[in-house]
Amino acid sequence: MNIQDYKGVFVFAQQVDNELSGIALELVGKGKDLAKDLGTEVTAVLVGSGVGALADTLGEYGADKVIVVDDPELKEYRTEPYAHALASVINEFKPDIFLVGATAIGRDLGPRVSARIHTGLTADCTQLDIGDFPINPIPGKEQLHNQLLMTRPAFGGNTIATIACPEFRPQMATVRPGVMQKAPREAGRKAEVINYNPGFTPNDKYVEILEVVKAVSDVADIMDAKILVSGGRGVGSPENFKILEDLAEVIGGTVSCSRAVVDAGWKPKDLQVGQTGKTVRPNVYFAIGISGAIQHVAGMEEADIIIAINKDETAPIFEVADYGIVGDLNKIVPALTEKLKVELAEK
Amino acid sequence: MKIVVCIKQVPDTKGGVKFNPDGTLDRGAMLTIMNPDDKAGLEAALRLKDQYGAEVTVVTMGLPKAEEVLREAMAMGADKGILVTDRVLGGADTWATSQTLAGAIRNLEYDLIITGRQAIDGDTAQVGPQISEHLGIPVISYAQNIKIEGDSVIVERQYDDRYHVLKAKMPCLITALAELNEPRYMTPGGIFDAYNAEITVWGRANLVDVEDSNLGLKGSPTQIAKASDKVRKGAGEKVNLDPTESVDYIIDKLKVKHVI
Repeated sequence: MNIQDYKGVFVFAQQVDNELSGIALELVGKGKDLAKDLGTEVTAVLVGSGVGALADTLGEYGADKVIVVDDPELKEYRTEPYAHALASVINEFKPDIFLVGATAIGRDLGPRVSARIHTGLTADCTQLDIGDFPINPIPGKEQLHNQLLMTRPAFGGNTIATIACPEFRPQMATVRPGVMQKAPREAGRKAEVINYNPGFTPNDKYVEILEVVKAVSDVADIMDAKILVSGGRGVGSPENFKILEDLAEVIGGTVSCSRAVVDAGWKPKDLQVGQTGKTVRPNVYFAIGISGAIQHVAGMEEADIIIAINKDETAPIFEVADYGIVGDLNKIVPALTEKLKVELAEK
Repeated sequence: MKIVVCIKQVPDTKGGVKFNPDGTLDRGAMLTIMNPDDKAGLEAALRLKDQYGAEVTVVTMGLPKAEEVLREAMAMGADKGILVTDRVLGGADTWATSQTLAGAIRNLEYDLIITGRQAIDGDTAQVGPQISEHLGIPVISYAQNIKIEGDSVIVERQYDDRYHVLKAKMPCLITALAELNEPRYMTPGGIFDAYNAEITVWGRANLVDVEDSNLGLKGSPTQIAKASDKVRKGAGEKVNLDPTESVDYIIDKLKVKHVI
């Protein structure tokens, strides 16, 4: 492998049902920053069936080039044809960096691709920088410049590691959704579109999709909410979430929850905040009756303001809360809702 | 049917997490457990054994101490345990780990390989799909409701807003989530038998079709540039007031921060 041959920042532009996922634009935005530091371009790789029109959107959000791999075999996500698409793009275009979203699709696809082309893959990154490796010079060891430094939490969010991939290309990472910022949209900005099809021949590695079952969900995406009113086991019952819903309605927020609530069957999984749920960073996060296990905190600690209400004054949530209130949520939350109604009506 | 289950011994980050006074993780005080997703994978294998009849072999890579999780697996009902341990395998990233496990599994007959989705120490979810790539077999990650039909396996694969019902030809690899099932307990007789059972121990020499350049720290494409215990945002204020005062306190803070 001649590392000098590998150039440019590539991102996988995930789409589902021919709609770009949020992570696609987040990766284009981050890829643009990294490309600027390296003096190169950001290329989005769009894979699907009949997805070509999405290239315009990617261009407006900052992609310099869009490689479109369009084939009927790629209609619904399946590991093998998608892995073949990305591995072929990498072999053909030789990117220096390749980013994939750490979504259910990306975390399945990324490892399969990195294993096929023999490179490293750093999972679930929350920060990406261009820098030196080793970070500080070590006598007798060459310090490499312009390396991708990939930072990620491990041990359930208790530790942070920064990883490099100095001897293999591309440097690959999956990136947590909701962490990177998309660039502002520039209407009319065009990306150069390159159509590329490596050919898809089904074999035993192609699984057969017998059925696609979509969960009907009309709930707002908690990752987009500016204010989250989040409840834990301490709320006591699914019925009692009503007091959180009332508060959310008055303050213009969205209800979310902890894993315990999902495990108990009180709320659906797509409302779950935390390591096995979603990472959120709203302006305000109300943690109501949430004890604050490490796995939960990992998903919400980047919120600007954390307000915790819990009757147990030793609950770990108070260690991350900006404002902690020790008390009975059943008394405080309804009273807060009523008082807010009055306050907001006066405005 | 022959099923291989890959399991890992991990520090218990749930419940047993201990902190030093400065807020960093006290690793010495933490217990080790069988990784929860792996345990769910083992349970799935044992249910297939109950339903269709199967031989279940558990494989782990780790220090000699990792033998403990193999015995636990056998006490739950696994038939054979294989410990892959060797100094040259240490410091492996997911590439080198998956090469090692694939090299070990090439010695075995298998229709199905089950791994946990991810380990609670690394959280990468990479080793399972990477093993399947090295072995050239299909992978279905995040599997639910595993059924066997002839020479194929039918599973539900969960995504954010949907699931796919997938059919794959065996041999194939499945990754399992802790939410998949409630793992069974070890039985007293099982514990007794597992304590006396023979564990197969393999080293570097037993790995098939793996080059030295793909093993251990030296065979790992990713390298750690920096590792640190996470510096957490310090605790803010904590108040213990009556409900009315609590409400006034929150309203005041929301105003100060221009939320309302």
